[in-house]
Amino acid sequence: MSILVDKNTKVITQGITGKTALFHAKGALDYGTQMVGGTSPGKGGTTVDIQLENGTTASLPVFNTVKEAVDATGATASVIYVPPAFAADAIMEAVDAELELVICITEGIPVLDMVKVKRYMEGKKTRLIGPNCPGVITPDECKIGIMPGYIHTKGHVGVVSRSGTLTYEAVHQLTTRGIGQSTAVGIGGDPVKGTEFIDVLRMFNEDPDTYAVIMIGEIGGTAEEEAAEWIQANMTKPVVGFIGGATAPPGKRMGHAGAIISGGKGTAAEKIAKLESCGIRVAPTPAEMGATLVSVLEERGLLEKCITRK
Amino acid sequence: MNIHEYQGKEVLKQYGVAVPEGRVAFTVDEAVEAAKELGTPVVVVKAQIHAGGRGKAGGVKVAKSLDDVRKYASELLGKVLVTHQTGPEGKEVKRLLIEQGCDIKKEYYVGVVVDRSTGRVVMMASEEGGTEIEEVAARTPEKIFKEVIDPAVGLQPFQARRLAFNINIPKELVGKAVQFMTALYNAFVDKDCSIAEINPLVVTGDGNILALDAKLNFDSNALYRHPEIVALRDLDEEDEKEIQASKFDLSYIALDGNIGCMVNGAGLAMATMDIIKYYGGEPANFLDVGGGASKEKVTEAFKIILSDPKVKGIFVNIFGGIMRCDVIAEGVIAAARELGLDRPLVVRLEGTNVELGKKLLNESGLNITAADSMADGAQKIVELVK
Repeated sequence: MSILVDKNTKVITQGITGKTALFHAKGALDYGTQMVGGTSPGKGGTTVDIQLENGTTASLPVFNTVKEAVDATGATASVIYVPPAFAADAIMEAVDAELELVICITEGIPVLDMVKVKRYMEGKKTRLIGPNCPGVITPDECKIGIMPGYIHTKGHVGVVSRSGTLTYEAVHQLTTRGIGQSTAVGIGGDPVKGTEFIDVLRMFNEDPDTYAVIMIGEIGGTAEEEAAEWIQANMTKPVVGFIGGATAPPGKRMGHAGAIISGGKGTAAEKIAKLESCGIRVAPTPAEMGATLVSVLEERGLLEKCITRK
Repeated sequence: MNIHEYQGKEVLKQYGVAVPEGRVAFTVDEAVEAAKELGTPVVVVKAQIHAGGRGKAGGVKVAKSLDDVRKYASELLGKVLVTHQTGPEGKEVKRLLIEQGCDIKKEYYVGVVVDRSTGRVVMMASEEGGTEIEEVAARTPEKIFKEVIDPAVGLQPFQARRLAFNINIPKELVGKAVQFMTALYNAFVDKDCSIAEINPLVVTGDGNILALDAKLNFDSNALYRHPEIVALRDLDEEDEKEIQASKFDLSYIALDGNIGCMVNGAGLAMATMDIIKYYGGEPANFLDVGGGASKEKVTEAFKIILSDPKVKGIFVNIFGGIMRCDVIAEGVIAAARELGLDRPLVVRLEGTNVELGKKLLNESGLNITAADSMADGAQKIVELVK
């Protein structure tokens, strides 16, 4: 099964006529995602033609507004590649159009804009993933975002992470061991975001096809600690973790807006200690995320079930 | 982005936050002039650096005469001040704030910050002014009061009143305190701050409420819409390499070690620093070259790393998604050729176009050690740098 997205998910791209958006719309289509259209205010009524790797051309309709795009295509999800100054507005437009899922890739949205977006979203049905995230992928079914599809393989391990390339590292370590992924979710590197670890863990817990989870965190905030407590109280499947930034100096923003140790809080050491005290094994180095999961799967007698590719 | 205390006070003043009268001074003569202009019997000479703990380190002097002002200004200007926040190398004092002295009756703490778990702006206050808030949070957390602010309506007067009563502001001054807090919140939101700390907030003998110190930090994501804040940037307070990196839109942070790193993606970059340390090495920097980096950007990143004399070797760790391995390879080769590769270089490539990237590196004729994995790469560079 999987969570959030699958082969039936219809997606639109907000900001579709931009270079990055087009590049990744092509990536999605090449992967088999049902990318059905997009928006670009002022370019409604036109089409974008995308040459695919298989030689065919996809012609995607462009609309002025998200509402029109949804009405015309039946899309239930959207991905946003809109510059930071306009991204919060793009998210709210998608929420207003009652999409089920909005994935915002944009990095650099002012934090106070996201504070407003979060308030706006209360009581509304849309789930936001991101911003500042690589996206969501259910291998062999649906790829929404910037991740390289080919490193993934279908399977039963859920992946949830604040980082993009570190997730690819983990996925690669799993795939090369024949261990497939149910869904990989990038929740993003910003301090105020649409979806937190707990939300995704809950979904993995309820997904019959996910047998174990890798959780990749980093310095800043207390989301990993909150997730650890939730896992201990509720999770019926094994979770393995990795926390980046053990060597990060305090007070410095390490690339991600949310990756900062402030007032002594949010250190990797604290997070690792909390995870371990809640029964979550933590990989000692980023090179051992896959190996750590394998030992836990072996201990639980789940390894064979999780090997989905020889 | 950080600014100096005197700049923070100027910003807050624009919003009606009560601050003591003061002037910035860059020379001893300017300091004395400023004191004359202020005309108060007591004047405070304050070192302006982007770090806290200045008082304890001798960076704040109370002057009772113009001679005192001259004496303290001469002592402080040009001095390297070492506080618990500057690190052992300290920071050179190039600016002073000359401020009117106040008759301090009591000190409080008021701070505004974004709370990540709720996604709301929060105002915190405590009767324990003048102490580090982290200490208060550790020792007596019940003395810190918080108001969670709804962005739809802003800080409501009832919330500011509640805070004021909770921290025992004298009842005849609660009205002024509410005004102060509201103005502080408005400044925070209007200027896209990431933190606004008033420590201490003082109640004076003549019945005023003033921000005796003001620490404002700004959300770098929002600077594009605040050119007036960007204008306050003090490059003397920043690392030269970090300044250079920001010109090319590179995410770079200088550290103390001798192994330079170039990685794509902040999470992987942090993890690369971690794994170098794990194998006994010391990272010299954090550097995220980003997803869509061009050959030029990669070359520039390389140059910045190589410009650090402490760097004895470099580890390039790339997992190409949008970033293509051949683009990284071209950038590394171009930089190495332009600057002359005089230090060991270990490159680990994985992902999009990896075979092409590896081929380019092998055929470059440069002394590049290839790594099979991240662990292999980290171990190799640590060995080579010993």
